[in-house]
Amino acid sequence: MKQDDFSTLISRSDPGPGDGGRTGSWRVLRPVIDLGACIPSKTNKRACFNCWFYCPDGVVSKTIPPVIDYEYCKGCGICAEECPAGAISMIEEAHFMEEKNDECI
Amino acid sequence: MHMIESGNVAAATGVKLARAGVIAAYPITPQTPLTEKLSEFVASGQMEAEYIPVESEHSAMAVCIAASSAGARAFTATSANGLLYMNEQLHWAAGARLPIVMCVANRGIGAPWTVWNDQQDSMSQRDGGWIQLYANDHQQIIDSVIKAFYLAEFVSIPVMVCYDGYLLSHTYMPFEQPDQTLVDGFLPDFKPKNALDPENPSNFNTVTLPDVRPDIHGNIAPGYMEIRHCLHQDMRKAMMVLEEIDMKFQETFGRGGHPFVEPYLCDDADHVVVSVGSLSYHFRDVIDLLRKEGVKVGVMGIQLYRPFPDKAIVDALQGKSSVFVFEKALSYGNQGPLYADIKAALYPCDNKPAMHNYILGLGGREIKTAQLLETVRTACSKPKWLGDTPIWLGLKCQE
Repeated sequence: MKQDDFSTLISRSDPGPGDGGRTGSWRVLRPVIDLGACIPSKTNKRACFNCWFYCPDGVVSKTIPPVIDYEYCKGCGICAEECPAGAISMIEEAHFMEEKNDECI
Repeated sequence: MHMIESGNVAAATGVKLARAGVIAAYPITPQTPLTEKLSEFVASGQMEAEYIPVESEHSAMAVCIAASSAGARAFTATSANGLLYMNEQLHWAAGARLPIVMCVANRGIGAPWTVWNDQQDSMSQRDGGWIQLYANDHQQIIDSVIKAFYLAEFVSIPVMVCYDGYLLSHTYMPFEQPDQTLVDGFLPDFKPKNALDPENPSNFNTVTLPDVRPDIHGNIAPGYMEIRHCLHQDMRKAMMVLEEIDMKFQETFGRGGHPFVEPYLCDDADHVVVSVGSLSYHFRDVIDLLRKEGVKVGVMGIQLYRPFPDKAIVDALQGKSSVFVFEKALSYGNQGPLYADIKAALYPCDNKPAMHNYILGLGGREIKTAQLLETVRTACSKPKWLGDTPIWLGLKCQE
């Protein structure tokens, strides 16, 4: 009997988007960046990026302007809490649902 | 080298000889001086390990889980309520297939508060996916600790080495300390099957859904049922590995030969007493006395409780006139756990022995040789089925 014969099945996955499913559907509050207040967007300098740094799911890009991937953002609100410029507001998903419904009408 | 020391020092010396790399332990009651000794080994440079004192047993096991996931040989120890406080992490360690070794100095569980010996603590953890070895004396403690690392790492399942609190943990006894070079030759280096690696990042033990599902590459990944089935199959296979390890240990150190059960005068016996831990050695005096009276009785100690060595137990007990199971643990509202397991193992046999279940020594209640002698003598004279209700020995003020 060899060591390799044991523990052949475990839960192990490579890191990558979507291993836990599209977690954006869990979101109740959506972070929305006001680009007029956002430091890198306003100054056009690669500075701050607290939203990218603190996002526990790695769904904010380190770009000008920073972009949030709503497919996977769970809406935890840490980015809004950490933004030194107060440029991120958490808006109820229901609001966007209404907008979408209005468009349909 | 021979030494005369406590069971805790025997265990600590085994951990030192096995060169554990990370030791995490809660230092206060219900801890035993085992971890104190290890902290001395580390502080004095006799042992090269990271010693992490933590704020709870739950954290001790969490640290061992992290250390083992990073590829370190991890060890901890606890007793009684401390073991129960780890409970959630114990299941995690087994499910995550981490080869952690832990010593449990068996003690009663509160309430009412007790710090003395019985085996309710580890017995109540039998279904968690850990391998459980029980030692009967100091020599078996030190030897079992060394074998436990080998076994755990080979099969990727954590191992509990259990020994009676106070009766073994705090008493002094002579034992042979294995030579470090021999231990180094016996115990292979820990090569984890799955470990965290910054060069090759991966997620371990991520959420599984009720059914299997594709991973990010589109390959079907095993689900919870498959992973748990694998653990069960490996637990059963671990018995063969333990047998091989025991043989190798015997070749190297000259001790062993009873990886599953340790019988004493059982071959020609009509009646067999079964128990776990130091009590099975205590019984040898009783057996010797009864043999002088002409009673054909033997005693069998259970060395491995999980996985349950049902074949070895059936081989030893079928065809006997009666089997008396003495336990320092109870599944409240039912029977002693060992009694129920042995009875289940014997169910398919044609020639089933009559069985009695005795509960004794809870919370450190003294077990006297004369009391055991009288009980076994009476039982052997009327070896018939008495029903499954356990018989309590040594009760003093009954309601």
